[in-house]
This record gives sequence, structure tokens and C-alpha cells, in this order.
Amino acid sequence: MSRVGSLGARLYRGEVSYDFIGHRKLWYTVSLVLIVISVVSLLVRGLTLGIEFRGGAEFRVAAPSANEESVRDTVGDVVGGEIVVQRVGNNTVRAQTETLTSAELEEVQTALAERFAVARDDVSTQFIGPSWGRDISTKALRALVFFLIGIVIFLSLYFEWKMAVAAMIALLHDLLITAGLYSLVGFEVTPATVIGFLTILGYSLYDTVVVFDKVRENTAGLAGGSRMTYSGAVNLAVNQTLVRSINTSIIALLPIAAILFAGVVLLGAGPLKDLSLALFIGVAVGAYSSVFVAPALLAGFKEREPAMQALAKRVAARQGKAATTGGPPSASRGAAAATSDADVDDEIAHEDAEPVGATSAATAARPRPSDRRPASRPRPQQRKSGGRNRSGKKKR
Amino acid sequence: MAPPAQSRPGRTLAVLAVLIGLLYGFVWLAAPSALGEDKLSAGQRYQARLGLDLEGGTSVILTPRRAEGAGPVPRDSLNQAVSIIRNRVDSFGVAESEVTTAGDNIVISIPGKQDKSILDTVQQTAELRFRQVLLSGPGVATPASTASPSAATSTPSASPSATSSTSPSPSPTASTDNRAVPRALQAASSPSPSATGTPSPTPTASAPTGTGQAAITPELQQEFAALDCSDPEAVRQTLRAPGKDNPKKPLVTCDEDGAEKYILGPAEVLGTDVDTATADLAMNNQGVATGGWVVNLKFNGEGKKKFGDVTRRLFSEQGDLNRFAIVLDGLSVSAPTTNAVITNGEATISGNFSQDEARDLANVLKFGALPLTFDPGEVQEVSATLGGEQLRAGLIAGAIGLALVVLYSLLYYRGLGLVTTASLVVAGIITYGMVTLLGWQLGFRLSLAGVAGLIVAIGITADSFVVYFERIRDEVRDGRTLRVAVETGWARARRTILAADFVSFFAAAVLYLLSVGGVRGFAFTLGLTTLIDIVVVFLFTKPLVTLLARTKFFGQGHPLSGLSPERLGAPKRTLTTRPPSRRPAVATSTTKEATS
Repeated sequence: MSRVGSLGARLYRGEVSYDFIGHRKLWYTVSLVLIVISVVSLLVRGLTLGIEFRGGAEFRVAAPSANEESVRDTVGDVVGGEIVVQRVGNNTVRAQTETLTSAELEEVQTALAERFAVARDDVSTQFIGPSWGRDISTKALRALVFFLIGIVIFLSLYFEWKMAVAAMIALLHDLLITAGLYSLVGFEVTPATVIGFLTILGYSLYDTVVVFDKVRENTAGLAGGSRMTYSGAVNLAVNQTLVRSINTSIIALLPIAAILFAGVVLLGAGPLKDLSLALFIGVAVGAYSSVFVAPALLAGFKEREPAMQALAKRVAARQGKAATTGGPPSASRGAAAATSDADVDDEIAHEDAEPVGATSAATAARPRPSDRRPASRPRPQQRKSGGRNRSGKKKR
Repeated sequence: MAPPAQSRPGRTLAVLAVLIGLLYGFVWLAAPSALGEDKLSAGQRYQARLGLDLEGGTSVILTPRRAEGAGPVPRDSLNQAVSIIRNRVDSFGVAESEVTTAGDNIVISIPGKQDKSILDTVQQTAELRFRQVLLSGPGVATPASTASPSAATSTPSASPSATSSTSPSPSPTASTDNRAVPRALQAASSPSPSATGTPSPTPTASAPTGTGQAAITPELQQEFAALDCSDPEAVRQTLRAPGKDNPKKPLVTCDEDGAEKYILGPAEVLGTDVDTATADLAMNNQGVATGGWVVNLKFNGEGKKKFGDVTRRLFSEQGDLNRFAIVLDGLSVSAPTTNAVITNGEATISGNFSQDEARDLANVLKFGALPLTFDPGEVQEVSATLGGEQLRAGLIAGAIGLALVVLYSLLYYRGLGLVTTASLVVAGIITYGMVTLLGWQLGFRLSLAGVAGLIVAIGITADSFVVYFERIRDEVRDGRTLRVAVETGWARARRTILAADFVSFFAAAVLYLLSVGGVRGFAFTLGLTTLIDIVVVFLFTKPLVTLLARTKFFGQGHPLSGLSPERLGAPKRTLTTRPPSRRPAVATSTTKEATS
């Protein structure tokens, strides 16, 4: 607790930081790999469209004696065409056929009920008209377009357009990877998937907005001085919002994971598992991109501006001077930061494993690296100058 | 800096308690009127209404058919269709069945397991039209049948113009032949009083153009000859093509049973002209029930006149021309003969109806006139077993999700985690109350996707606390005392929470408006819980934290409170300004921290 707490404090003050911007090539590579995997998966495996998009009929019979083969035979005796049979959940078998008339639906239902000696009411059926899928896909697409247009307008008004562009690229990045990983898992695409997909838009974007809000706060009046480069300010913002990002993402992912568990293990089919898988991947990727991708893109765009390049030169000159006089280095750091980041993960893992009641003793007993607190001591001076300024506006 | 509300957190909490009390009071009051029963147990009143995927039942989504590039579906047509379908469903006497719109679609929910005839009746979404029979024949497509009807046609076509009605067709040759066929139909030619009403002796009606034998063009002849009625549904499908079933033009079609085929004149009376139709026991002349069933039909003002004109004209006709077909969705439901001129707008259709047949025909006549044509988009029938299984899975997922979130916030936020837990519980109480109330008031039913929305919302709600707590911690790190930090932190966190909830609500609203089917429930509950989140954070979490900040445990930053300044890494000066009378345990822990 205390270590994470003080870590939060040091992240907040910029004493501990991971150089997200400096390592952007690494994270771009990670993203690129994910994107390549996604595109390949989408091209090779493709997305399996659910019955809602293909049209057809579906039967579900819950009987201990039912297995794939017997269900296929029973259904095949009544209707022709392609029949897809699959076991879902514990003792339920699902059969999907092509479009049937309501008389045929009833016939199959009766046949299944008789074959497996269950009440006819215990055979669930679903029929989807051939044009239904097109109808809902059109609507989903319309929702997506509406949403994206609305968001571009909002972001351009709320931030500057370069932020809007960076956020949009990150969003597309999230959607592409989510679709790719979804196809890799091989779940069917149902309306629940689409809903999950659309919900991601809000999540992913919101995380990015929070980081950018902080960036804007940190970069106000930056160009006039020589304290910090734009990249440095962006990096500080990411680090300052890091604890919030991690907590929010974990807290969002926990219930989604619970739904995914119930959907896959308890039910085996249905909206729960499709919705939650799309959400789970999307929220995770969204959290990743809001920390590793969007800010780096933004920094990349802004550093091309002449004013920012001039600023970078001034900061470099000042840092050079500071280095010769032995002063503290500024926000952007390299190798040292990577190790401290590893420490962070380690610490959080420790914290999670710890039972609540035993905390004090455990904390007291656990040996801790001694460099932390002392290392933060010489800093208050610097913190005062920058800290007030930084926390002047809202922060998450 | 601190908002004035700071001084009265107790009052805010009291207001919230009153609001929750009111909410549950409303639920109590709303339940009886929704169920139409006065005596309900508390359990019944506070039972949230479940969707059909959790309770078992049948749901049908109908989508209006539109021509390519046509504009949006007219709102009032849709509403009219909803009330017609609602009438049809209600006529089966199923309790708690619901018919609602979702976008352009009509959603029909019928709880419990129902036999398919309801669905069939409901799905008979078509327009109802009365057309004169110009020609009939057995429902097969053979060269032989081509010859015989054409012979039949040629005979009466002696009548020169379309207004053939005034002059009775002279040769009823084919009529005996054709008479034999409609025996399967519930034609009005059966012995009992066939078409009642006041016979009017004045046969001076003039038929609209396109009626009578003259309307039978060689093309129609050809089409008639080629028509195969062995699969009436297939014929119906082909007639659904745009422009095929035009009320202003003759129609070549089949009987619903496929036994007979017809060439029909243009529609003269429409389903909208029908006032009511009922299935009644057939009576003989002495008023004694014969054991059979008839359908009594009553036309409204305009229908009365139109129907009078038609019967007047048809009554004087012979053979096929004496019959009119009741055409529903392209196919003829029934084609009775006209045994009287009916000007009072009340007619009886008799025949060998069973009770069910009579009821179905009456329903079709009464509710047949939908202003739009619909296609079944999705028909879902969930067994009670599967429904129960899905509900159980949803509840388990919710329990696990909640437990994980509570556990995480306790581990991370310690004492503040209890605040999170309490806030989630309060949010849960309000959410359950709202879901129940909306169930009674607006007919909202919680579907599986809706349950998923509620569970996902746990994360959204908890995020508001994360925002607030992190903000408080930052304020403490900046050296403020907790009581101040709670207020200044709130002033800043408030904006962020509102912005977050706005984005989340906006997304849910867009999803709700543009989605259809079961997944719509997800957007609904997500949006609902976002609003509830605001209420909980403002009226519960914030006042509670303010109150707690006054306690020794939180206010002085006990290590387990989650707000201990030294553990949060607040600057040294805070420690020195702290009152020296701190509890030893804390001091020890601080020492350890400082020295380790």
C-alpha cells in the first residue's frame, strides 16, 4: 500500500517516470506486430458471422442424452440444407439450419423433443429472417459513423486538431486490434459483439481524453520557457495519470472478466460471451493505446512544429548546462526509468497478493529497497515550482 | 474553496435516504396498476420484471418492408400497426404480452411457452382486401386446367363492358364446375343463413372499371394457367415483390390451402373499412344454435356503403363473379358467394368453420388491415429451462464481478475501499428499485444483455470513486490536511466525474437509439446506471467521505485508512505540522518506513 501510494506520489511529481515517449519506437513496434497479427487473422481466419447476420434457424435442446451426432441426424431427417451442430454449456446441444418456414420450425422442434424425451417447451428455437442481419449491420455502421463524426467534432473543439488526429488514430488502432484478436479467438460475430465493439469506442476514447487533458494542462505556456520539451510534458502527463489509468482499467476489466467467465463456462453460447470478449479485448487495448500510443503520436506531431523544435533546443542547452553543474536532469529519462518501471509491476503484484488484515505486519517485516524515500528528499524545491502549476487544473 | 455542502453531509445523506424510500414507495404503488391486481405480496411488488430470455417465452421482431430508397417509415403508420398487432395478441388472452416499437421495428413479447398459432396470426402482418372473384379453378398448373377456365371465361364475357353488373351474365355454364371446388372454403353458400342483412332490391350499382370478366386480359389468363398452388407460401413470397400485389389492379393468386386459384378484380373494400368481426355460433332460422360457427362482420361508415355497392353488383352475378375473395397478404383466406345485397354493413360469413377457424378469420378481418407490410426479422423462443440457466449465469457473473471489484478496492484503497463497497451497495439498491419501477411503469424488462450492462456498469461506477480518491490523495500529497483535501479534491474531481459520465451516457444513448433486439437492453442499463452513478457520487460517496474525514481513523490518516499522508508520500512538512499526540502504532509504522 504505502509503496504503491508513494509511488503514486513520485509519479505525480515526476520523480519516478517511465519514458513512454522515448521508447515510442519499441511500443510502435509492439502495436505494429499486433496490427499485423490482426490483419492476417482477419484475412485468413476472417470473422465468423453469427446466425443473426446470416439468417436461418437455431434450435437448442437441453438433454443429457443429446450429443452432436444424434441432434444432427434428428434435424437432418426433417429439413435439408447445411446443418451446423455444436455443444454449448453443460448438456445443451445447438443446431443451426438455413431459413425455415414456421411449420418446419415446429416440425424440427417436435422431432427433437421426441427424440430426446424432453418437453417440447424445453427446445428453444430462434429464427432470423434473411434481411435481418443486413438491417442490424446497417444500423451498427450508422451508429459507428455518427459516433466518430460526433467525436471528431468534440475533440477538435475541446483540444487542438493534432490531438484529435492522434486520438482518432489510437481509436482506429484499438478497433482494428480488437477485431483481429476477436477473429483469432474465433467467437461468432453476433449483435452482442457489435454492441460491445461500439461500447469500446467510448471507453478507449475516454482514456485518451483524460491523458490529453493533462497534456494540455502541462503544456500551457510551455513554448515560452525552456523548462521542458513538449515530449517531456507529454511524458509527465502520462506518468501522472498512470495510476488512474491502471486502476480504472483493472476495475473495468474485473466485472467484464466475470461476465466472460459466466458466458463461456456456464452458458457456452449467447450474448454474454460475445459481448464480454469484445469488451475485454477492447478495454485492455484501449488502456494500452491511451498510455503507449496516443501520447507518443501526439508528441511526434507536435515536435515537428518549429516552435517546439526551438523549445527542444533551448531545453537541451539548459540541460547541458545543468549537467555540467551537476543539477538534476529533467523529465525525460532513459535506461534508469526502465528499471524503475519493472519495480512498479513487482510492487503492484506484491500488493495484490497481500491479505488486508496482515498488512501492517507484512509491510513492516518486508525488507524494502532503501533508495526510494531518501531519493525523493532533495526534490521538494523543484516540486514546488512545477507542482503548483501542474495541479492547477483538474486531474484524474 | 470548499463548497458550502461540506457543512451538512448528514443532511445530504438523509435526503438520499428519503429519495430511496420514495423510489421504493413508488414501486409499491405502481405494481398493482401494472398487473391489474390489488392484492400483491411484497415479493411480487418488488420482483424486477425479467426479459423473455431470462424467463422463457417468445419474442418476435417485425421489420417494415420498404421500397429501395424510400424515406423513413411514417410514425403514425407504425403506431397504428402496433395497436393492431397488440389487439391480435390480446385476442388470444395471453397475460402480460407486450407489443412495442424499437426504432422502425415492432417487438412482440409473449411470456411463457405459447403454441405457434399466435405467432402465425401475429405474423399475418398483411393488408386485407376484398376483391371480386373473376375466375377460379383448381390450384394446379396443368395444360388441362388452362383449357377449362378459359372456356368458362369466354362464356360470360359476352357482357360488353366492365360495367357488366347491371346485366346478369347470361350463361352460367361453368358455374357448376366451379361450385364443386369452393366446397372446401368457408363459403357463404352453405345451407344455413348465408349472408344476412337487409336485401335491397335495387340493382343499380355501377362497378368500377377493371371489374367483371372483361378485365381478364390474355396476360392474366396466361399467368392464371401457369400458376401452381401446391405451395401457397411460395406464391405469397413472389407476390411480396414490389408492385405485384397492387390493390388497383387484378390479381392472380391462390387459396391459402392451395386448393383453388383465382383471377381477382381490383380491391373494392379494404381492411380499414371493417369495423369489427366476431366468431359466433351459427343459428338456424329459429334462432337455435346449429353447432357450427360463423363470422359476423360489421363495416364502418364508408365500408358500409362500399360493401353495399359490391354486394348489390355481385348478387346479380352468376358463378365465379358472384363471389368475393377476402385476400390477406396476397392469398385468398376465404371466397364466399354473395347471397344477399347487404346495405346495413352487417354480414355473416358462414361455412363449415371450426371454432378456431372462425376465430382466426374474425381476427384477420378485424385486425388485418395493417398500414405497413412487415417481415419477421427475428423470432426467438426461449424455454423456461434455458431462461433460468441464463439468469443464473448472469447473477453469478454479477456476484463474481462485484466481489472482484470490492476486493481490489479494499486491497488498494484500504479504508476507502469500504466507502467504495458501501457506494456500490447503495448504487445497487437504487438500480434495483429503478429497474423494478421502470418495469411497472414503462414495461421495461431486464434481459440477459441488460444484466451484462449492469455488471459492466460496476466498473464505470467504481471509476468515479477512483477519480475522486486519487484526487484526494493528490491533494494530500500537495500537503493539505485531509479535511481540506476532501473538499478541494471534490471540487476538481466533480468536473471529471461529470465529463466521464456524460461521455458514457452519450455513448449509451447512441447505442440505444440505433440498436435493435435483445442487445438494446445493454445500452439501456448502461445509460441508466451512469445516471445513478452521478446520484450516488454526489449524494452518498462525497458526504460519506466528508463525514469520515472528521473521524479519527480517516482524518488522522490511519495506515489502514488509505489516506495516510506519509504513506501517500506527502512532503515532510506535513509530518512535522502534525499534532504530536499520535497513536503509537502509527508512529511505529512511520518510523519503520522512514528507517527501512
